[in-house]
Amino acid sequence: MAKRVGVEVSIAVADAVKLANADVIPAYPITPQTHIVEHLSDLVANGELDAEFVPVESEHAAMSCCCGSSAAGARTFTSSSSQGLSLMSEILYHPGPMRLPIVMVVANRALAAPISIWNDHQDIMVQRDIGWIQTFAENGQEAFDLTLHAFRVAEDRRVSLPMIVNIDGFTLSHVIEPIEILSQEEVDRFLPSFKPRVRLDVKKPVSMGPVGVPEVYTEAKMAHNEVLKASKKVVVQAWKEFADLFGREYHPVETYRVDDAEALLVTMGSISETAMTAVDAMRDKGEKVGLVRIRLWRPFPGPEFRKAVGKAQVLAVIDRCLPPGAVCGPVGEELRSLFYKVPGAPKIFSFVAGLGGRDVTVERFNEIVSKARAYAKKRPTENYEVIGVREQ
Amino acid sequence: MAISDAIIGWKTLPFGCHVMEPGNSAKFRTGDWRSQHPVTDREKCIKCGMCWIFCPDMAYSQTLEGYYEANMEYCKGCGICAHECPKDAITMVPEEG
Ligand code: SF4
Ligand code: SF4
Repeated sequence: MAKRVGVEVSIAVADAVKLANADVIPAYPITPQTHIVEHLSDLVANGELDAEFVPVESEHAAMSCCCGSSAAGARTFTSSSSQGLSLMSEILYHPGPMRLPIVMVVANRALAAPISIWNDHQDIMVQRDIGWIQTFAENGQEAFDLTLHAFRVAEDRRVSLPMIVNIDGFTLSHVIEPIEILSQEEVDRFLPSFKPRVRLDVKKPVSMGPVGVPEVYTEAKMAHNEVLKASKKVVVQAWKEFADLFGREYHPVETYRVDDAEALLVTMGSISETAMTAVDAMRDKGEKVGLVRIRLWRPFPGPEFRKAVGKAQVLAVIDRCLPPGAVCGPVGEELRSLFYKVPGAPKIFSFVAGLGGRDVTVERFNEIVSKARAYAKKRPTENYEVIGVREQ
Repeated sequence: MAISDAIIGWKTLPFGCHVMEPGNSAKFRTGDWRSQHPVTDREKCIKCGMCWIFCPDMAYSQTLEGYYEANMEYCKGCGICAHECPKDAITMVPEEG
Protein backbone atom coordinates (compact mmCIF):
# COMPACT_ATOMS: atom_id res chain seq x y z
CA MET A 1 0.00 0.00 0.00
CA ALA A 2 1.44 3.30 -1.07
CA LYS A 3 1.56 6.00 1.58
CA ARG A 4 -0.43 9.19 1.52
CA VAL A 5 1.59 12.36 1.48
CA GLY A 6 0.61 16.00 1.63
CA VAL A 7 1.46 17.34 -1.81
CA GLU A 8 0.37 20.09 -4.16
CA VAL A 9 -1.92 18.61 -6.78
CA SER A 10 0.19 20.01 -9.67
CA ILE A 11 3.26 18.27 -8.25
CA ALA A 12 1.31 15.03 -7.89
CA VAL A 13 0.22 15.28 -11.54
CA ALA A 14 3.84 15.84 -12.60
CA ASP A 15 4.86 12.85 -10.48
CA ALA A 16 2.23 10.76 -12.26
CA VAL A 17 3.80 11.76 -15.58
CA LYS A 18 7.23 10.82 -14.22
CA LEU A 19 5.90 7.45 -13.01
CA ALA A 20 4.37 6.98 -16.47
CA ASN A 21 7.89 7.52 -17.76
CA ALA A 22 6.90 9.99 -20.47
CA ASP A 23 9.43 10.31 -23.29
CA VAL A 24 8.71 13.78 -24.65
CA ILE A 25 7.19 16.81 -22.88
CA PRO A 26 6.78 19.87 -25.10
CA ALA A 27 5.26 22.58 -22.94
CA TYR A 28 4.78 26.29 -22.55
CA PRO A 29 4.05 27.68 -19.09
CA ILE A 30 0.73 29.37 -18.37
CA THR A 31 -1.05 30.08 -15.10
CA PRO A 32 -2.41 27.94 -13.43
CA GLN A 33 -0.74 25.00 -15.17
CA THR A 34 2.79 26.30 -14.52
CA HIS A 35 3.72 24.16 -11.52
CA ILE A 36 3.04 20.97 -13.47
CA VAL A 37 5.49 21.72 -16.29
CA GLU A 38 7.94 23.50 -13.98
CA HIS A 39 8.21 20.38 -11.84
CA LEU A 40 8.53 18.18 -14.91
CA SER A 41 11.36 20.31 -16.24
CA ASP A 42 13.07 20.00 -12.83
CA LEU A 43 12.67 16.23 -12.92
CA VAL A 44 14.20 16.08 -16.41
CA ALA A 45 16.99 18.54 -15.56
CA ASN A 46 18.08 16.68 -12.43
CA GLY A 47 18.01 13.31 -14.16
CA GLU A 48 15.02 11.82 -12.33
CA LEU A 49 13.04 11.52 -15.54
CA ASP A 50 14.73 10.41 -18.74
CA ALA A 51 12.68 12.49 -21.16
CA GLU A 52 13.07 15.22 -23.73
CA PHE A 53 11.65 18.43 -22.26
CA VAL A 54 11.04 20.84 -25.14
CA PRO A 55 10.65 24.45 -23.98
CA VAL A 56 8.67 25.52 -27.03
CA GLU A 57 7.97 29.12 -28.07
CA SER A 58 4.17 28.90 -27.82
CA GLU A 59 1.29 26.54 -27.16
CA HIS A 60 0.72 26.24 -30.90
CA ALA A 61 4.27 24.91 -31.14
CA ALA A 62 3.74 22.74 -28.04
CA MET A 63 0.86 20.85 -29.61
CA SER A 64 2.62 20.65 -32.99
CA CYS A 65 5.65 19.17 -31.25
CA CYS A 66 3.38 16.74 -29.37
CA CYS A 67 1.90 15.52 -32.66
CA GLY A 68 5.37 14.94 -34.10
CA SER A 69 6.74 13.12 -31.09
CA SER A 70 3.64 10.97 -30.68
CA ALA A 71 3.76 10.11 -34.39
CA ALA A 72 7.37 9.03 -33.90
CA GLY A 73 6.21 6.62 -31.21
CA ALA A 74 7.17 8.55 -28.06
CA ARG A 75 4.97 8.68 -24.98
CA THR A 76 4.01 12.34 -25.05
CA PHE A 77 2.63 14.66 -22.39
CA THR A 78 1.80 18.33 -22.22
CA SER A 79 -0.30 20.62 -20.10
CA SER A 80 -2.05 23.93 -20.71
CA SER A 81 -4.76 26.36 -19.66
CA SER A 82 -7.06 29.09 -20.90
CA GLN A 83 -5.51 31.43 -23.48
CA GLY A 84 -2.72 28.91 -24.04
CA LEU A 85 -5.21 26.17 -24.81
CA SER A 86 -6.93 28.54 -27.23
CA LEU A 87 -3.62 29.21 -28.97
CA MET A 88 -3.25 25.44 -29.38
CA SER A 89 -6.68 25.18 -30.91
CA GLU A 90 -5.70 24.78 -34.55
CA ILE A 91 -3.50 21.80 -33.76
CA LEU A 92 -5.81 20.26 -31.17
CA TYR A 93 -8.08 18.96 -33.93
CA HIS A 94 -5.27 16.93 -35.57
CA PRO A 95 -4.25 14.16 -33.17
CA GLY A 96 -7.78 12.72 -32.83
CA PRO A 97 -8.40 11.64 -36.40
CA MET A 98 -4.66 10.92 -36.77
CA ARG A 99 -4.90 8.57 -33.77
CA LEU A 100 -2.01 10.09 -31.83
CA PRO A 101 -2.34 9.21 -28.13
CA ILE A 102 -1.05 12.43 -26.56
CA VAL A 103 -1.97 13.00 -22.92
CA MET A 104 -2.68 16.53 -21.70
CA VAL A 105 -3.71 17.87 -18.32
CA VAL A 106 -5.71 21.09 -18.59
CA ALA A 107 -5.76 23.26 -15.48
CA ASN A 108 -9.11 24.87 -16.29
CA ARG A 109 -9.26 28.64 -16.31
CA ALA A 110 -11.52 31.39 -17.61
CA LEU A 111 -11.01 33.11 -20.97
CA ALA A 112 -10.50 36.83 -21.57
CA ALA A 113 -11.97 39.40 -21.83
CA PRO A 114 -11.85 40.58 -19.10
CA ILE A 115 -8.54 38.90 -18.33
CA SER A 116 -8.94 36.30 -15.62
CA ILE A 117 -6.45 33.78 -14.32
CA TRP A 118 -9.10 32.09 -12.19
CA ASN A 119 -11.01 28.90 -12.54
CA ASP A 120 -14.03 27.97 -14.62
CA HIS A 121 -14.57 25.63 -17.58
CA GLN A 122 -14.75 28.06 -20.48
CA ASP A 123 -11.29 27.16 -21.82
CA ILE A 124 -12.14 23.50 -22.32
CA MET A 125 -15.73 24.06 -23.45
CA VAL A 126 -14.42 26.08 -26.38
CA GLN A 127 -12.45 22.94 -27.26
CA ARG A 128 -15.33 20.57 -26.65
CA ASP A 129 -15.32 19.14 -30.16
CA ILE A 130 -11.60 18.52 -30.72
CA GLY A 131 -12.25 14.79 -30.61
CA TRP A 132 -10.15 13.87 -27.58
CA ILE A 133 -11.29 11.66 -24.73
CA GLN A 134 -11.94 13.97 -21.78
CA THR A 135 -12.30 13.41 -18.07
CA PHE A 136 -12.85 15.82 -15.17
CA ALA A 137 -11.15 15.30 -11.80
CA GLU A 138 -12.85 16.14 -8.52
CA ASN A 139 -9.90 16.13 -6.14
CA GLY A 140 -6.13 15.74 -5.98
CA GLN A 141 -6.10 11.98 -5.71
CA GLU A 142 -8.32 11.78 -8.73
CA ALA A 143 -6.08 14.17 -10.68
CA PHE A 144 -3.13 11.84 -10.00
CA ASP A 145 -5.08 8.67 -10.79
CA LEU A 146 -6.77 10.03 -13.91
CA THR A 147 -3.42 11.15 -15.33
CA LEU A 148 -2.08 7.58 -15.15
CA HIS A 149 -5.42 6.28 -16.44
CA ALA A 150 -5.18 8.66 -19.41
CA PHE A 151 -1.89 7.15 -20.61
CA ARG A 152 -3.31 3.68 -20.25
CA VAL A 153 -6.49 4.43 -22.21
CA ALA A 154 -5.02 6.73 -24.86
CA GLU A 155 -2.28 4.28 -25.81
CA ASP A 156 -4.48 1.18 -25.79
CA ARG A 157 -4.22 -0.15 -29.33
CA ARG A 158 -8.02 -0.36 -29.64
CA VAL A 159 -8.20 3.34 -28.80
CA SER A 160 -5.06 5.20 -29.86
CA LEU A 161 -6.62 8.61 -29.27
CA PRO A 162 -5.46 11.73 -27.43
CA MET A 163 -6.85 12.30 -23.96
CA ILE A 164 -7.35 15.30 -21.68
CA VAL A 165 -7.65 15.25 -17.92
CA ASN A 166 -9.33 18.43 -16.69
CA ILE A 167 -8.38 19.70 -13.27
CA ASP A 168 -9.82 22.94 -11.91
CA GLY A 169 -7.23 25.70 -11.91
CA PHE A 170 -6.13 26.79 -8.40
CA THR A 171 -8.98 25.03 -6.57
CA LEU A 172 -7.24 21.80 -7.55
CA SER A 173 -3.94 22.68 -9.19
CA HIS A 174 -2.57 24.78 -6.33
CA VAL A 175 -4.08 23.02 -3.35
CA ILE A 176 -2.06 20.73 -1.08
CA GLU A 177 -3.96 17.54 -0.48
CA PRO A 178 -3.22 14.15 1.05
CA ILE A 179 -2.51 12.01 -2.02
CA GLU A 180 -1.46 8.41 -2.30
CA ILE A 181 1.44 8.39 -4.75
CA LEU A 182 1.78 4.95 -6.29
CA SER A 183 5.19 3.31 -6.44
CA GLN A 184 7.01 2.72 -9.72
CA GLU A 185 6.41 -0.99 -9.39
CA GLU A 186 2.66 -0.44 -8.93
CA VAL A 187 2.42 1.93 -11.89
CA ASP A 188 4.34 -0.53 -14.06
CA ARG A 189 1.73 -3.17 -13.29
CA PHE A 190 -1.04 -0.86 -14.53
CA LEU A 191 0.66 0.88 -17.41
CA PRO A 192 2.49 -1.15 -20.07
CA SER A 193 5.05 0.49 -22.36
CA PHE A 194 3.74 2.37 -25.38
CA LYS A 195 3.55 0.22 -28.51
CA PRO A 196 2.11 2.40 -31.27
CA ARG A 197 0.17 0.76 -34.08
CA VAL A 198 1.89 2.89 -36.69
CA ARG A 199 4.80 5.24 -36.26
CA LEU A 200 7.08 7.37 -38.36
CA ASP A 201 9.89 5.05 -39.36
CA VAL A 202 12.34 5.58 -42.23
CA LYS A 203 12.48 1.83 -42.80
CA LYS A 204 8.71 1.65 -43.27
CA PRO A 205 7.63 5.04 -44.58
CA VAL A 206 4.05 6.29 -44.19
CA SER A 207 2.48 9.72 -44.67
CA MET A 208 0.47 11.06 -41.75
CA GLY A 209 -2.06 13.85 -41.95
CA PRO A 210 -2.68 13.97 -45.71
CA VAL A 211 -5.41 15.96 -47.44
CA GLY A 212 -8.90 14.46 -47.17
CA VAL A 213 -10.61 15.12 -50.47
CA PRO A 214 -14.44 15.28 -50.47
CA GLU A 215 -14.50 11.59 -51.44
CA VAL A 216 -12.70 10.67 -48.18
CA TYR A 217 -13.28 13.41 -45.59
CA THR A 218 -16.68 12.21 -44.34
CA GLU A 219 -15.39 8.66 -43.95
CA ALA A 220 -12.33 9.89 -42.02
CA LYS A 221 -14.56 11.88 -39.64
CA MET A 222 -16.88 8.91 -39.22
CA ALA A 223 -13.97 6.57 -38.45
CA HIS A 224 -12.67 8.96 -35.79
CA ASN A 225 -16.08 9.46 -34.21
CA GLU A 226 -16.76 5.73 -34.06
CA VAL A 227 -13.44 4.92 -32.40
CA LEU A 228 -13.98 7.78 -29.94
CA LYS A 229 -17.41 6.46 -29.00
CA ALA A 230 -16.08 2.92 -28.71
CA SER A 231 -13.26 4.08 -26.42
CA LYS A 232 -15.75 4.23 -23.52
CA LYS A 233 -15.42 0.48 -23.11
CA VAL A 234 -11.66 0.76 -22.64
CA VAL A 235 -12.02 3.80 -20.36
CA VAL A 236 -14.29 1.76 -18.08
CA GLN A 237 -12.17 -1.41 -18.29
CA ALA A 238 -9.03 0.50 -17.34
CA TRP A 239 -10.81 2.03 -14.33
CA LYS A 240 -11.97 -1.43 -13.30
CA GLU A 241 -8.44 -2.75 -13.48
CA PHE A 242 -7.20 0.29 -11.56
CA ALA A 243 -9.74 -0.49 -8.82
CA ASP A 244 -8.68 -4.15 -8.71
CA LEU A 245 -5.03 -3.13 -8.32
CA PHE A 246 -5.26 -0.11 -6.05
CA GLY A 247 -8.75 -0.14 -4.54
CA ARG A 248 -9.98 3.20 -5.85
CA GLU A 249 -13.08 2.92 -8.01
CA TYR A 250 -13.98 5.28 -10.81
CA HIS A 251 -16.99 5.34 -13.12
CA PRO A 252 -18.02 7.55 -16.04
CA VAL A 253 -20.79 9.03 -13.88
CA GLU A 254 -20.82 9.13 -10.08
CA THR A 255 -23.82 9.48 -7.83
CA TYR A 256 -24.18 10.76 -4.28
CA ARG A 257 -27.30 10.13 -2.19
CA VAL A 258 -29.50 9.71 -5.26
CA ASP A 259 -31.71 6.97 -3.83
CA ASP A 260 -35.30 8.28 -3.63
CA ALA A 261 -34.03 11.76 -4.64
CA GLU A 262 -36.58 13.99 -6.33
CA ALA A 263 -34.14 16.66 -7.40
CA LEU A 264 -30.54 16.13 -8.49
CA LEU A 265 -27.67 18.54 -8.84
CA VAL A 266 -25.45 17.82 -11.86
CA THR A 267 -21.82 18.93 -11.69
CA MET A 268 -18.38 18.38 -13.19
CA GLY A 269 -15.04 18.88 -11.45
CA SER A 270 -14.09 20.07 -8.00
CA ILE A 271 -17.29 21.95 -7.10
CA SER A 272 -18.82 18.50 -6.69
CA GLU A 273 -17.19 18.28 -3.25
CA THR A 274 -19.00 21.40 -2.07
CA ALA A 275 -22.14 20.07 -3.73
CA MET A 276 -21.93 16.93 -1.59
CA THR A 277 -21.72 19.05 1.55
CA ALA A 278 -24.77 20.97 0.34
CA VAL A 279 -26.64 17.73 -0.37
CA ASP A 280 -25.86 16.47 3.14
CA ALA A 281 -27.24 19.66 4.67
CA MET A 282 -30.40 19.52 2.54
CA ARG A 283 -30.88 15.84 3.38
CA ASP A 284 -30.55 16.69 7.08
CA LYS A 285 -33.51 18.97 6.61
CA GLY A 286 -35.46 16.15 4.99
CA GLU A 287 -35.16 17.34 1.41
CA LYS A 288 -34.86 14.56 -1.13
CA VAL A 289 -31.85 15.89 -2.98
CA GLY A 290 -28.86 14.10 -4.51
CA LEU A 291 -25.89 14.72 -6.78
CA VAL A 292 -24.82 13.31 -10.12
CA ARG A 293 -21.30 14.05 -11.21
CA ILE A 294 -19.99 13.61 -14.74
CA ARG A 295 -16.41 12.33 -14.77
CA LEU A 296 -16.24 11.21 -18.42
CA TRP A 297 -17.25 14.15 -20.60
CA ARG A 298 -16.15 12.78 -24.00
CA PRO A 299 -17.32 10.36 -25.21
CA PHE A 300 -20.47 11.32 -23.32
CA PRO A 301 -21.72 8.38 -21.26
CA GLY A 302 -25.43 8.66 -22.13
CA PRO A 303 -26.75 5.31 -20.82
CA GLU A 304 -24.71 5.62 -17.61
CA PHE A 305 -26.06 9.12 -17.05
CA ARG A 306 -29.67 8.08 -17.60
CA LYS A 307 -29.20 5.20 -15.16
CA ALA A 308 -27.65 7.51 -12.56
CA VAL A 309 -30.62 9.85 -12.75
CA GLY A 310 -33.06 7.03 -12.11
CA LYS A 311 -36.54 8.27 -11.34
CA ALA A 312 -35.57 11.78 -10.24
CA GLN A 313 -37.89 14.33 -11.78
CA VAL A 314 -35.81 17.49 -11.54
CA LEU A 315 -32.24 18.06 -12.72
CA ALA A 316 -30.40 21.24 -11.78
CA VAL A 317 -27.45 21.31 -14.16
CA ILE A 318 -24.54 23.58 -13.36
CA ASP A 319 -22.37 24.90 -16.15
CA ARG A 320 -19.15 26.72 -15.34
CA CYS A 321 -19.24 28.35 -18.73
CA LEU A 322 -21.46 31.00 -20.28
CA PRO A 323 -21.67 30.54 -24.06
CA PRO A 324 -22.89 33.93 -25.29
CA GLY A 325 -26.05 33.77 -27.34
CA ALA A 326 -26.57 30.05 -26.85
CA VAL A 327 -29.74 28.34 -25.62
CA CYS A 328 -27.96 27.35 -22.40
CA GLY A 329 -24.61 26.10 -21.10
CA PRO A 330 -22.94 23.14 -22.84
CA VAL A 331 -23.65 20.57 -20.12
CA GLY A 332 -27.27 21.67 -19.91
CA GLU A 333 -27.55 21.47 -23.69
CA GLU A 334 -26.03 17.99 -23.72
CA LEU A 335 -28.48 16.69 -21.15
CA ARG A 336 -31.50 18.29 -22.78
CA SER A 337 -30.54 16.52 -26.01
CA LEU A 338 -29.95 13.27 -24.17
CA PHE A 339 -33.42 13.31 -22.62
CA TYR A 340 -35.32 14.82 -25.55
CA LYS A 341 -38.60 12.94 -25.93
CA VAL A 342 -37.46 10.17 -23.58
CA PRO A 343 -40.59 8.93 -21.78
CA GLY A 344 -40.51 9.91 -18.10
CA ALA A 345 -37.57 12.26 -18.66
CA PRO A 346 -36.77 14.64 -15.82
CA LYS A 347 -37.30 18.38 -16.16
CA ILE A 348 -33.90 19.92 -16.80
CA PHE A 349 -32.98 23.38 -15.56
CA SER A 350 -29.74 24.98 -16.55
CA PHE A 351 -27.66 27.23 -14.30
CA VAL A 352 -24.42 29.05 -14.96
CA ALA A 353 -22.26 29.52 -11.88
CA GLY A 354 -18.68 29.86 -10.72
CA LEU A 355 -17.33 31.95 -13.59
CA GLY A 356 -13.81 33.37 -13.46
CA GLY A 357 -13.05 32.08 -9.98
CA ARG A 358 -16.28 33.06 -8.25
CA ASP A 359 -16.93 30.58 -5.44
CA VAL A 360 -19.89 28.26 -5.66
CA THR A 361 -20.80 27.87 -2.01
CA VAL A 362 -23.18 25.57 -0.16
CA GLU A 363 -25.68 28.45 -0.08
CA ARG A 364 -25.49 28.74 -3.86
CA PHE A 365 -26.27 25.05 -4.26
CA ASN A 366 -29.26 25.48 -1.93
CA GLU A 367 -30.43 28.39 -4.04
CA ILE A 368 -30.01 26.38 -7.25
CA VAL A 369 -31.98 23.43 -5.91
CA SER A 370 -34.85 25.54 -4.62
CA LYS A 371 -35.02 27.46 -7.91
CA ALA A 372 -35.07 24.23 -9.90
CA ARG A 373 -37.86 22.88 -7.71
CA ALA A 374 -39.88 26.06 -8.14
CA TYR A 375 -39.33 26.01 -11.92
CA ALA A 376 -40.59 22.43 -12.03
CA LYS A 377 -43.93 23.80 -10.83
CA LYS A 378 -43.91 27.03 -12.81
CA ARG A 379 -41.93 27.11 -16.04
CA PRO A 380 -39.19 29.75 -16.01
CA THR A 381 -39.18 32.46 -18.69
CA GLU A 382 -35.49 31.93 -19.55
CA ASN A 383 -33.69 28.78 -20.75
CA TYR A 384 -30.99 29.21 -18.13
CA GLU A 385 -30.07 31.42 -15.25
CA VAL A 386 -26.79 32.94 -14.14
CA ILE A 387 -26.44 32.35 -10.42
CA GLY A 388 -25.08 34.95 -8.04
CA VAL A 389 -24.88 37.73 -10.61
CA ARG A 390 -25.29 41.23 -9.23
CA GLU A 391 -27.44 43.69 -11.12
CA GLN A 392 -26.60 47.05 -9.61
CA MET B 1 -26.12 0.16 -50.90
CA ALA B 2 -26.98 3.83 -51.05
CA ILE B 3 -25.25 5.89 -53.69
CA SER B 4 -22.12 7.56 -52.35
CA ASP B 5 -19.33 9.71 -53.75
CA ALA B 6 -16.88 8.08 -51.36
CA ILE B 7 -13.86 6.24 -52.75
CA ILE B 8 -13.38 4.22 -49.54
CA GLY B 9 -15.54 3.13 -46.58
CA TRP B 10 -14.94 4.41 -43.06
CA LYS B 11 -14.37 0.87 -41.87
CA THR B 12 -11.76 0.18 -44.54
CA LEU B 13 -9.99 3.54 -44.33
CA PRO B 14 -6.38 3.04 -43.18
CA PHE B 15 -5.62 3.63 -39.49
CA GLY B 16 -5.50 7.37 -38.74
CA CYS B 17 -6.19 8.11 -42.43
CA HIS B 18 -2.45 7.55 -42.98
CA VAL B 19 -1.05 6.93 -46.45
CA MET B 20 0.55 3.53 -45.97
CA GLU B 21 2.05 3.16 -49.45
CA PRO B 22 5.23 5.20 -49.88
CA GLY B 23 5.58 7.12 -53.14
CA ASN B 24 1.98 6.69 -54.21
CA SER B 25 1.71 10.41 -55.00
CA ALA B 26 3.13 9.42 -58.43
CA LYS B 27 -0.36 8.06 -59.11
CA PHE B 28 -1.93 11.49 -58.75
CA ARG B 29 -1.59 13.54 -61.93
CA THR B 30 -1.27 17.02 -60.56
CA GLY B 31 -0.82 18.59 -63.98
CA ASP B 32 -4.44 18.75 -65.04
CA TRP B 33 -5.30 22.01 -63.31
CA ARG B 34 -2.29 23.95 -64.57
CA SER B 35 -2.94 27.44 -65.98
CA GLN B 36 0.59 27.99 -67.29
CA HIS B 37 3.65 25.87 -68.09
CA PRO B 38 7.41 26.42 -68.15
CA VAL B 39 9.32 26.64 -71.43
CA THR B 40 13.11 26.46 -71.24
CA ASP B 41 15.35 28.41 -73.58
CA ARG B 42 18.26 26.03 -74.14
CA GLU B 43 20.40 28.89 -75.47
CA LYS B 44 20.43 30.39 -71.99
CA CYS B 45 20.39 27.20 -69.92
CA ILE B 46 23.65 26.27 -68.17
CA LYS B 47 22.35 22.86 -66.96
CA CYS B 48 22.76 23.83 -63.30
CA GLY B 49 19.69 21.82 -62.18
CA MET B 50 18.17 24.49 -59.97
CA CYS B 51 14.76 24.02 -61.63
CA TRP B 52 15.00 20.29 -60.93
CA ILE B 53 15.89 20.93 -57.25
CA PHE B 54 13.23 23.54 -56.59
CA CYS B 55 10.22 22.02 -58.38
CA PRO B 56 7.83 21.07 -55.50
CA ASP B 57 6.28 18.29 -57.57
CA MET B 58 9.52 16.78 -58.83
CA ALA B 59 8.25 17.25 -62.37
CA TYR B 60 11.71 17.77 -63.85
CA SER B 61 14.02 15.06 -65.05
CA GLN B 62 17.30 15.32 -66.93
CA THR B 63 17.53 14.61 -70.65
CA LEU B 64 20.42 12.74 -72.22
CA GLU B 65 21.97 16.03 -73.33
CA GLY B 66 21.89 17.26 -69.70
CA TYR B 67 19.00 19.72 -70.00
CA TYR B 68 15.98 19.59 -67.71
CA GLU B 69 12.47 18.92 -68.96
CA ALA B 70 9.27 19.12 -66.91
CA ASN B 71 6.72 16.31 -67.18
CA MET B 72 3.42 18.01 -67.99
CA GLU B 73 1.42 15.29 -66.22
CA TYR B 74 2.85 16.55 -62.93
CA CYS B 75 3.78 20.21 -63.55
CA LYS B 76 1.12 22.32 -61.82
CA GLY B 77 2.36 25.58 -63.28
CA CYS B 78 3.46 27.25 -60.04
CA GLY B 79 6.37 29.06 -61.70
CA ILE B 80 8.89 28.33 -58.97
CA CYS B 81 11.37 26.92 -61.51
CA ALA B 82 11.17 30.11 -63.58
CA HIS B 83 11.67 32.21 -60.46
CA GLU B 84 14.70 30.21 -59.30
CA CYS B 85 16.50 29.81 -62.64
CA PRO B 86 19.73 31.85 -62.29
CA LYS B 87 19.85 32.50 -66.06
CA ASP B 88 16.19 33.48 -66.57
CA ALA B 89 16.05 30.66 -69.09
CA ILE B 90 12.51 29.62 -68.14
CA THR B 91 9.40 31.48 -69.33
CA MET B 92 5.93 30.67 -68.03
CA VAL B 93 3.52 30.38 -70.95
CA PRO B 94 -0.28 30.54 -70.32
CA GLU B 95 -2.27 27.43 -71.26
CA GLU B 96 -4.52 27.80 -74.29
CA GLY B 97 -8.28 28.02 -73.84
S1 SF4 C 1 6.04 25.37 -62.92
FE1 SF4 C 1 6.18 24.56 -60.82
S2 SF4 C 1 5.44 22.49 -61.03
FE2 SF4 C 1 5.88 23.17 -63.10
S3 SF4 C 1 7.93 22.49 -63.44
FE3 SF4 C 1 8.08 24.59 -62.69
S4 SF4 C 1 8.38 24.34 -60.52
FE4 SF4 C 1 7.62 22.38 -61.25
S1 SF4 D 1 17.59 26.43 -63.54
FE1 SF4 D 1 17.67 27.45 -65.54
S2 SF4 D 1 19.78 27.31 -66.08
FE2 SF4 D 1 19.53 25.87 -64.42
S3 SF4 D 1 19.10 23.95 -65.45
FE3 SF4 D 1 17.12 24.85 -65.02
S4 SF4 D 1 16.65 26.00 -66.91
FE4 SF4 D 1 18.82 25.55 -66.99
